[in-house]
Amino acid sequence: MLKLEKVSKSFHIGTPNEKCVIKSLNLELKEGDFVTVIGGNGAGKSTLLNLIAGVYPIDCGIITLNGQNISLAPEYQRAKLIGRVFQDPMMGTAADMQIIENLAMAARRGQKRSLRWGVTKKEKEQYYEAVKTLGLGLEDRLTTKVGLLSGGQRQALTLLMATLHKPQLLLLDEHTAALDPATSTKVLTLTNEIVTKQHLTAMMVTHNMKDAIDIGNRLIMMYDGHIIYDVEGEEKKKLTVNDLLKKFEEAIGEEFVNDRMLLG
Amino acid sequence: MPMLLSLQGAIGQGILWGIMALGIYLTFRILDIADLSVDGSFATGGAVCAVALIAGIHPILAILLATLSGFLAGFVTGFLHTKCKMPAILAGILTQLALYSINLRIMGKSNIPLLQSSTLFKDFAKVIPLTSQWITICIGIFFSLIVVIGIYWFLGTEFGSCLRATGNNENMVRANGVNTDTMKLFGLMLSNGLVAMSGALVTQQQSVADVKMGTGAIVIGLASIVIGEVIFGKKAGFKLRLTSIIVGSIIYRMIVAIVLQMGLNTDDLKLLTAFIVAVALTVPVIVNKRKRLSMYKKLTGKELQNHA
Repeated sequence: MLKLEKVSKSFHIGTPNEKCVIKSLNLELKEGDFVTVIGGNGAGKSTLLNLIAGVYPIDCGIITLNGQNISLAPEYQRAKLIGRVFQDPMMGTAADMQIIENLAMAARRGQKRSLRWGVTKKEKEQYYEAVKTLGLGLEDRLTTKVGLLSGGQRQALTLLMATLHKPQLLLLDEHTAALDPATSTKVLTLTNEIVTKQHLTAMMVTHNMKDAIDIGNRLIMMYDGHIIYDVEGEEKKKLTVNDLLKKFEEAIGEEFVNDRMLLG
Repeated sequence: MPMLLSLQGAIGQGILWGIMALGIYLTFRILDIADLSVDGSFATGGAVCAVALIAGIHPILAILLATLSGFLAGFVTGFLHTKCKMPAILAGILTQLALYSINLRIMGKSNIPLLQSSTLFKDFAKVIPLTSQWITICIGIFFSLIVVIGIYWFLGTEFGSCLRATGNNENMVRANGVNTDTMKLFGLMLSNGLVAMSGALVTQQQSVADVKMGTGAIVIGLASIVIGEVIFGKKAGFKLRLTSIIVGSIIYRMIVAIVLQMGLNTDDLKLLTAFIVAVALTVPVIVNKRKRLSMYKKLTGKELQNHA
């Protein structure tokens, strides 16, 4: 499905600030895997997702998605296969455009843009139903500009947009981090529903270890550009937050680990 | 009644220049790019049109050729901006500078009078008995109507939606599988095409093309957009928004005509233009601040009284 082989990435190469963020990383996702990614700040979680999405070019290594080598493909080409939700709720939607216009654009992900109408009549009903599943009452405000929505509403909308046209891979980069606890829970539940219903392959970065354990079938822990712990299936289900902290301790060989280091 | 006549002339000029302002609107407001190449591409439109007319090409065809030359100018700016990763301002300045020489090359001299050649306006005058001011207004309305409808339709299409979104949030557009560089390139081409078309129309109407005719065009375009916004508000529907730019352009020309009638030296015209833009951009800021302050006083004043 998704395969990363010896992928590395450094920033500020050739300057005193040079920093290797991802170090010869290998990762393979199976069809239908829902992987949660945890690790402290600067561990390389977001960078990893950005490398897969093509936001930054990789220094070396090979990324294949569904058999296609996408190592050098630009971001917009990879987007044909990949749906994304960002940490910043402002990033996934066009604020000055209507909800329905945003949806219509997302529904055409991977298609050539023609001179047909941007939003067709048929789509309007279709999106009404789709937005209704979010349960936010947005279905009656389809012509509202997205800029008027709250962060949580925008994030839920971005999630819907990312999955409206079924992606081969869904990348969620701390997409609930900027939301209040109640909204965060709601968006997370929604995420779980959508991923399960559509049988998506997904990666979700989170700082909430409990969520990381509860959600998905596989968990990876990152530290300093490496994957230091990778667990799936039954073993993952039995994990507790304390187990994770212990694993973290073991992996990096330090004694004074507290949850702060992991939660960042 | 020289005043009335000059105002009639100002309306016609305003409409013809309004097409340029619509082109600038595409980059300045829709794509959020300040494209300075328009000063050059406006004159390019005029130059190409004049040379074509001298060569005996039909006036309409000459306008189309001029528009194509504008596409080309926009392509150069777009290429420098998207492929060579230059800041848009610099890319525009480079194109503008280069176009000055190119325009001279196209024309072979700095000024081409079109007294002998047929133009759209002269042809029209032969058929319909109207004053030249009215003919300008009619032809101007015809062209600007086509352009406004064209832009309205285009921005509603799948392609146009992506163009709008690019000016809004490039990240989102790329994440939805669209190449934002292509969008910007295309937007700049379309914009400069309209600017050149406007240059061609102005050339035909004035029966002269001059290498300096585009100087300050960008500021005049901005003035039209901003005056339109001040009058109609930024939240107006999209059709009205586009129309407001033409109206803004007309008002700008009328202000200029009135001030000139009152005895302003034409040398001071650019200063006046800059002044109008500065005022039009400042007025909404002051009005907003005043509104906020008066609302604060109104609401808090009650509170204070309640406490007293």
